[in-house]
Amino acid sequence: MANEVQHGIEPHQPSGTPASGTPALSLTGASKTFGPVVALADGTIDLRAGEIHALVGENGAGKSTLVKILAGVHAPDGGEFEVGGAPVSFKTPADSKAAGVSVIYQEPTLFPDLTVAENIFIGRQPRNRAGLINRGEMRRMARELFATLGVPIDPDRIAEGLSIADQQIIEIAKAISLDAKVLVMDEPTAALSGVEVDRLFGVARGLREKGAGILFISHRFEEVFALCDRITVMRDGRYIGVHNTSEVTVPQIVKEMVGRELGALFPKVDAAIGETVLSVEGLTRLGTFRDISFEVRAGEIVALAGLVGAGRTEVVRAVFGIDRYDSGSVTLHGKALAPHNPQAAITAGIGFVPEDRRKQGLVMDLSVAKNATLTLRKALARFGLISGSRERRTAEDWSSRLQVKTGSQDYAVSTLSGGNQQKVVLAKWLATEPTLLIVDEPTRGIDVGTKSEVHRLLSDLAGRGIAIIMVSSELPEVLGMADRILVMHEGRITAELPRAEATAERVMSAATSSLEGAL
Amino acid sequence: MSETLSPNIVKARSGLAKRLTGSDAIIIYILVAVIIVSMISVRFFASTLTVGFLSIQVIPILLIAMPMALVIISGEIDLSVASIAGLTSAVMGVLWRDSGWDIGIVILVSVLVGVVCGVVNGFLITTLGLPSLAVTIGTLALYRGLALVVIGDQKVANFPKELNTFVLSKIGTTGIPVVMIFVVIIIAFFAVLLHFTPFGRGLYALGFSKEAATFVGIRVGRAKFWLFVGTGVVSSIVGVFLTLRLASAGPDNGTGMELSVIAAVLLGGVSIFGGKGSIPGVVGGVLLIGVLTYSLRLAKVPETALIIVTGSLLVLSVVAPSIVSWARERLRLARVHRVVQQTSSSGSPHA
Amino acid sequence: MSIDTARPPVHTDHGGPIHAVRGFFRSREIPVAGALIALVIITTLINPRFLSPQSVKDLMLNATIVIILAVGQALVIITENVDLSIGSILGLVAFGTGTLFNAWPGVPIPLVFLGGMLFGAVLGAINGFLVTAAKVPALVITLGTMYIFRGILTSWAGSKQYFSGDNPKAFGNLSVDVFLGIPIITIVAIVVVIAVGIFMHSVRAGRDLYAIGSDRDAARLFGIAVGPRVLAAFVASGALTGLAGVLYTSRYNSVGALTGSGLELDVVAAVVVGGVAISGGTGTVFGAAIGAVLLSTITSSLTATRVDKFWQQAFVGMLILAAIIVDRAVSVRNARKLRVSESRDV
Repeated sequence: MANEVQHGIEPHQPSGTPASGTPALSLTGASKTFGPVVALADGTIDLRAGEIHALVGENGAGKSTLVKILAGVHAPDGGEFEVGGAPVSFKTPADSKAAGVSVIYQEPTLFPDLTVAENIFIGRQPRNRAGLINRGEMRRMARELFATLGVPIDPDRIAEGLSIADQQIIEIAKAISLDAKVLVMDEPTAALSGVEVDRLFGVARGLREKGAGILFISHRFEEVFALCDRITVMRDGRYIGVHNTSEVTVPQIVKEMVGRELGALFPKVDAAIGETVLSVEGLTRLGTFRDISFEVRAGEIVALAGLVGAGRTEVVRAVFGIDRYDSGSVTLHGKALAPHNPQAAITAGIGFVPEDRRKQGLVMDLSVAKNATLTLRKALARFGLISGSRERRTAEDWSSRLQVKTGSQDYAVSTLSGGNQQKVVLAKWLATEPTLLIVDEPTRGIDVGTKSEVHRLLSDLAGRGIAIIMVSSELPEVLGMADRILVMHEGRITAELPRAEATAERVMSAATSSLEGAL
Repeated sequence: MSETLSPNIVKARSGLAKRLTGSDAIIIYILVAVIIVSMISVRFFASTLTVGFLSIQVIPILLIAMPMALVIISGEIDLSVASIAGLTSAVMGVLWRDSGWDIGIVILVSVLVGVVCGVVNGFLITTLGLPSLAVTIGTLALYRGLALVVIGDQKVANFPKELNTFVLSKIGTTGIPVVMIFVVIIIAFFAVLLHFTPFGRGLYALGFSKEAATFVGIRVGRAKFWLFVGTGVVSSIVGVFLTLRLASAGPDNGTGMELSVIAAVLLGGVSIFGGKGSIPGVVGGVLLIGVLTYSLRLAKVPETALIIVTGSLLVLSVVAPSIVSWARERLRLARVHRVVQQTSSSGSPHA
Repeated sequence: MSIDTARPPVHTDHGGPIHAVRGFFRSREIPVAGALIALVIITTLINPRFLSPQSVKDLMLNATIVIILAVGQALVIITENVDLSIGSILGLVAFGTGTLFNAWPGVPIPLVFLGGMLFGAVLGAINGFLVTAAKVPALVITLGTMYIFRGILTSWAGSKQYFSGDNPKAFGNLSVDVFLGIPIITIVAIVVVIAVGIFMHSVRAGRDLYAIGSDRDAARLFGIAVGPRVLAAFVASGALTGLAGVLYTSRYNSVGALTGSGLELDVVAAVVVGGVAISGGTGTVFGAAIGAVLLSTITSSLTATRVDKFWQQAFVGMLILAAIIVDRAVSVRNARKLRVSESRDV
């Protein structure tokens, strides 16, 4: 994956003031274990004042455990932790904030019923002489913060309904008002559009100039290389190494992250392409996607690529029937598919592995067996009645086929690792014997080993004649697995690239510009 | 985002072991224990009269607890059930007194009242998407109010004697009321519905996660709608039952029943958060409160103490799981501490 | 170079009077205040004697107890909890007040108030402790304590009743005497509303309650002491209920085992109608107070317009439903407007 690709990200601007060398935050050899699981074995970060420092690693590398330690959510079992040169021991998130560490999560947590200003100052609102909250002063202080950030947001507005981008800015404003010396941004750009990413980067650079230390966690190398001064790599819960951005290339970083060459990961076997299974014409939902038309044939893997927010998940949700659409049609095996009716889609032979495994793909508190057979609840019924033993047998059958590692079928599915959870989701859909399988970010949050198992499985299914639509934000996955790539940008399909013509640059280019090239 | 295993391994014993130690089994054990103790220590408890009185008392709660359990498992609540019973009773009284219809028609129309009330609840909660707690507080007032409007503060009492006798009649010499057969059928219906049908499976999924349920094709709105119609119908059947049993139709028949029903359902192991619970457990819960109340009364324990007992049982039933998991967590932390002490004292290096 | 379509900017802020006025009219209290005014106007048109001095005095007296109860309940509901045991608490305190006067006729009245509020606070603390420690919905806990407290009252009181004649004259006069045309106990209620209202609006601890109700987990993550705050809300609600209980004994003829039975639903209704969402985080005690006035005015209104008093409960029910529906319609409309203004120009 080239790191010279431009797509709305300004090229790397080295900091005006060199990293001052004073450590803003230093974590050495931190470890954290949950029961039998070692989430973090050697967490090490050396963050200096006046630098933007990237933390990269695959899902499962231990990044989010490390962040939680920095945030004071977890206390490390071992290791040394210093902020501003002094050793610290956080018992609660409040301790972390008090020490000057602020974390901006991917999903900001604002209070929807309170105003923006109050969200920033909750717990420490400015008071007048009578001891009562001075709202005028609070408003003024909020406006000042937004002016510093260069973002106009109405401080009196209720926080509910704000876009994620705006919510992040408010969180940053909160951090500044808390005099944060360390700002941790956990995958902040996942839900942002290009303009918003630019805005965020501008804010980050401004903070860097003022001497803050910023830890930037991301999967997106283009952004990491454009924004960050140094990069720390983690793998399997351990610190692997740290580099100056200017002295290292993407392939080198990837190699450290993954521990092996990229190529070996995505084995798509060539399969015989058959009849058209799905035909989508002119699908439109006002404000979300427009005029989406494509076909998928038996044995084919069609990838929907693009940046987060391009509308890919929305399109497949509309095809499956979770969401409505305003115009257009969906035809399966030549027959029109009733809109907004997931049960009809399932009966017609569509399976849907959703994006959010925990909230959409599985019922976390139910057992593995019950989850695996949830889609079959009607099919398993004889005279309207289901027998528990038939359920269990079916679940065990599929579990072993997919090699789901679990102590027992009766354990709650929340006890499984991400990879095994995803296998349960796949099992439950494969059990319905679909002719079309839609998978949305099939390998997100999964360890590397299971990832290639999933890819092998998908390839296998295609080989057996199942049509597959794969929504993915991981370019190597898209390039490796897809027979055809449909690229979306801001709600429209901007390119359709057959495997032979697909390159990272062409995909990225189509993902970031409107309606040019191959349409 | 990295993935880590959940720190609390939720173990579930399989098959028979699970059945014999699950929370509803515990209720059954307690119930059996209470019955045995009562038979030994309370005079007059062990008699067919007991069975008769107890059953008649417990039937209304038992009936409504069935659909209520499903509603709570699906993550909602229905506080208007007693008012629906009251409204049904009022309508029944007025129809019988003023319309000249056959009693059979009167009963049928009265049950329709429950259907309408349930439909209104269902519509407000599923189609308009309003919170069920607030809505059913509103309809609790509305339906009770309508009952007052319909019949005022009068009572209608001249129902056919045969019906009153029938309702109170027993099977042979067992002391079991004849209507119990009907009740058992209803219990069986809901048990099968919840535990052995696709609908029931869907309900558990729905109670835990609405989103995930939608993704497997469950029509969340439709399912909940019919559940509220269910509580409506059963409540109005209970209203008819109460009217015939007391041989009197009035707007306050059944006042306060909703709380006894909910207390019994929660005691029976249904989680207020949704997603968990079983019919046998609920039956156990109803019987436990019923038997305990009855036997204490028979033992001349003052009425007021009974209320305290019911309330305490309710609080205990929801607080106990928290205490248990708190204790478990303390033990686990202590264990982890010990392990960490051991490894660091054995000199394992860090950094 | 980015070629993305830019998102329309969020409204740049404007302070100033027009903004404040517009904000005022969009506040959650306006619908219920409007309903109250409409009700009073319509009733007076039908029966002009509705606004006669005696009638107004009765209105105020009737509303007092419910207002105080509603303020306490609002505190609890704003934190996303509910307290169904207030009827039983009120009964206990009321009967306790009667007992106190009977045992010690010379007791200084301020002490009675203090004792009543303390008693209520203790009972509220029991609720609060169970809710915060057990992490179980308050609905269930207070359902249980409603039973337990009522049971304790019934066994304590038995069939005994204390009548207003048993109480010192000065005490009963609190409900009769007026100051500037307003009954003394109503003045107490007004003071309570204003004091608690200011607390909820302009004191940090009060704002914390809103944060907890808005998103409890975020509040915890942010370092707000959720447990102690919720406990405090229940204690405050208990104390206010205790106050209402003492005033009840002053106002009404008799107190006994059944006192306060069924009040909780009326109070929850008043609070919901007054704009406090049952999901917590929004609404004010002012709105709750207006809701309480509205609810108690309906009874008098129905009598004044000769409408069958049997319609009262039905009206209350319809009001609650209307309040919830309107609230939902407004938030759906707002969400739609936001989605449209922030969606892509596709």
